[in-house]
Amino acid sequence: MLKAGIKRNKIIRGIILYAILSIGAATMLVPFIWMLSSSFKSLNEVFVYPPKLFGEKIVWQNYKQISSRFNFFSYFCNSAIVSAWVVVVQVLTSATAGYVFAKLNFKGRDKIFILYLATMMVPFHVTVITNFLQMSRYGLVNTLWSLMLPASVSAFGTFMMRQFFITVPNELIESAKMDGCNPFMTFIMICFPLAKSTIATLAIFCFMNTWNDYFTPLVYLNDERKYTLPIGLAAMKGMYSTNWPVLMAASVVAVFPVLIAFLLAQDAFVKGVMMSGLKD
Amino acid sequence: MERTAQVKRTPKKGALKRDDGWAWVMLLPNVIGFLMFMLIPMVATFVLSFMEYDMLSAPKFVGLQNYKDMIEDPITRQVTWNTIVYTILTVPVGMVLSLLLAVALDSINYLKRFFRGAYFLPSITSMVVISIVWQWIYNPEYGLMNFFLSFFGVSPKKWLTSSSTSLISLAIVGIWKRLGYDMVIFLSGLQGISTNYYEAAQLDGANKFQIFWHITIPLLRPTTFFVFVMAIIGSFQVFDQVQLMTQGGPGRSSSVLVHYLYQNAFQYFKMGYACALAYLLFAIVLVLTVINMRTEKKMRETF
Repeated sequence: MLKAGIKRNKIIRGIILYAILSIGAATMLVPFIWMLSSSFKSLNEVFVYPPKLFGEKIVWQNYKQISSRFNFFSYFCNSAIVSAWVVVVQVLTSATAGYVFAKLNFKGRDKIFILYLATMMVPFHVTVITNFLQMSRYGLVNTLWSLMLPASVSAFGTFMMRQFFITVPNELIESAKMDGCNPFMTFIMICFPLAKSTIATLAIFCFMNTWNDYFTPLVYLNDERKYTLPIGLAAMKGMYSTNWPVLMAASVVAVFPVLIAFLLAQDAFVKGVMMSGLKD
Repeated sequence: MERTAQVKRTPKKGALKRDDGWAWVMLLPNVIGFLMFMLIPMVATFVLSFMEYDMLSAPKFVGLQNYKDMIEDPITRQVTWNTIVYTILTVPVGMVLSLLLAVALDSINYLKRFFRGAYFLPSITSMVVISIVWQWIYNPEYGLMNFFLSFFGVSPKKWLTSSSTSLISLAIVGIWKRLGYDMVIFLSGLQGISTNYYEAAQLDGANKFQIFWHITIPLLRPTTFFVFVMAIIGSFQVFDQVQLMTQGGPGRSSSVLVHYLYQNAFQYFKMGYACALAYLLFAIVLVLTVINMRTEKKMRETF
C-alpha cells in the first residue's frame, strides 16, 4: 500500500513538473512560432482580432519582398563579413595571448594579465564614446572597420583561452622544446590543436554576439549601405512599422544563422554563456 | 579567491627558462588592440569627463562641472530612477522564475535538452528581432497580449505607448529574454551540490519541499548571489529594448541611464557630459562587482 502511494505521488509530481515546464516553454516559444506563422500571412490577416495563429494560405511573397524592397541582402552580407572577421581574428589573438599568459614565463606577466581581467567588468559604454572619437579621427566611422577593429581583441576571449591552456601539462611543452620547437611552433603545432573545443565555444559565442550586436553599429554606421542586419532590420521596422508579415519574414531570416548554430552545438552555446557569466 | 589561486598555480619564476622575446612577439597583436580600444579609451573617457566637447570646437577643461550638472540635472535623476525601477521589476521576478525552472528541469529525465533549448532560445536571439515580435504582441488593437489577458478579465492596455506601462512592458521583455541564461547558471549550480546531502535528508524523512527549502536553497546561495549581482549589473546597462521599442518614451517614462548616455554622446554631442554619465555607470558596476567578490570570498570560507 505504502509503495503504491509513493509511486502515485511520484507520478503526480512528474505531471506537475512537466506541466510547469511546458507552460514556461510555451511562453518562450509562442513569440517565435508567431513570428514564423505571421511571416507567411497576408497583410490583412495580421490585423485580425482575435489573432489567429495560421493564415488562410501560405504567402511566400513576404520573403521575396524583403530583398526587393530593402537592401536586406546587403545587410546580411555586411553582417557576415563583420562576424567572419571578428570570429577568426578574435579567436587567433585570444588563443595566442591566452597561451602566452598560461605557459610562457616573462617579466610582468601576472600584472598584465590582472589588468586584462580588471577590464572585463568595465561597461562597454565607457569605452565606446572615445572609441568613436578615435574612429572618426581616422576616418573609419561609417565603415565596417569601425565594427571589426575594436572587436578584434577581447579580454574575455583571452581569459577563456588562458583558462584552457593552463590545463595543458607542462611536460608536453617541455618535450616539444627538447625536440627543438620554439614557443611559437609549440603553440601552433601542439597546443592550438588541443584547444579545439574551447576554440569552438569561443567562436560560437563570439559569432552570436557579433551577429546580434545592435549598439555598436547604431553608434558607428549611418550610411544605409553599410548597415549590418540588426540595425538594418531596425531601420526597416522604422520605415514600414505596420507591414508585419515582411518584417517577420526578415526576422526569421535574420535569426536563422544563429539558430542553426545553436541547434548544431547547443552545449557549446551553454558553455560559452556560462563562461561569460563566471568570468570573475 | 579563485583568480589569485590560478595565478599562483602558473609556473614559478626560474622553474622554466624565461622567454620574454617570444612572449612579447606573440602577445603584440593582442596588446596593441587592448591598448588602443580598451585601455586608452577608458582613460580618455575619464579625462573627457572633465571637459566640454561637442566635436566641432576644441575640448575645454571645465573641472567637475559635468559631475555637478549630473547631480542637478533632473533628467539624470529621472533616468537613474527609471533604471532602478527597471532593476526592481526584472531582477527578483526573473530570479525566482529561473530558479524554479532550473529545479524543475534538474529533476526530470526526459526532454531535458528540448526544454533547456526552448528556454535558452530568447537569449541567443537578437534584441532587434525580439523587439519586432514583442511590439506586435503589445499592439493595443490586434496584439496577442491584450487578447491573452482578456481571458482573465483584464481590460486592454496600451503597453508601450502609455507612460504608466511602458517601463513594465520593457521589463517583461527583459525578464523573458534573460530567463534561460539565469536558468542555465542555476542549473550548473544545482549540479554542483553533492547528492549526499539529498540522500541524508531523505533518510531523515524530509519531504521534497523541505529538501528544497533546507538543503537546495542554502547550498545554492553562492550561485544565487552571483546570479543576483550579474542580473543587477545587466539591468543597469539595459539599452537595446528601450531604444528599439519606446525610445525612452512616452516622455521620459522609460528612458534609462545608458539611453540618456547614448543621446548625450551621439544625438546632442555633449561628449564630456556623456563621459561623466559613463563613469557614473562604471562606478555603480564597480561597487557591485566589489561587493560580489567580497561576498563570494566570505561564502567560500563558510561553505
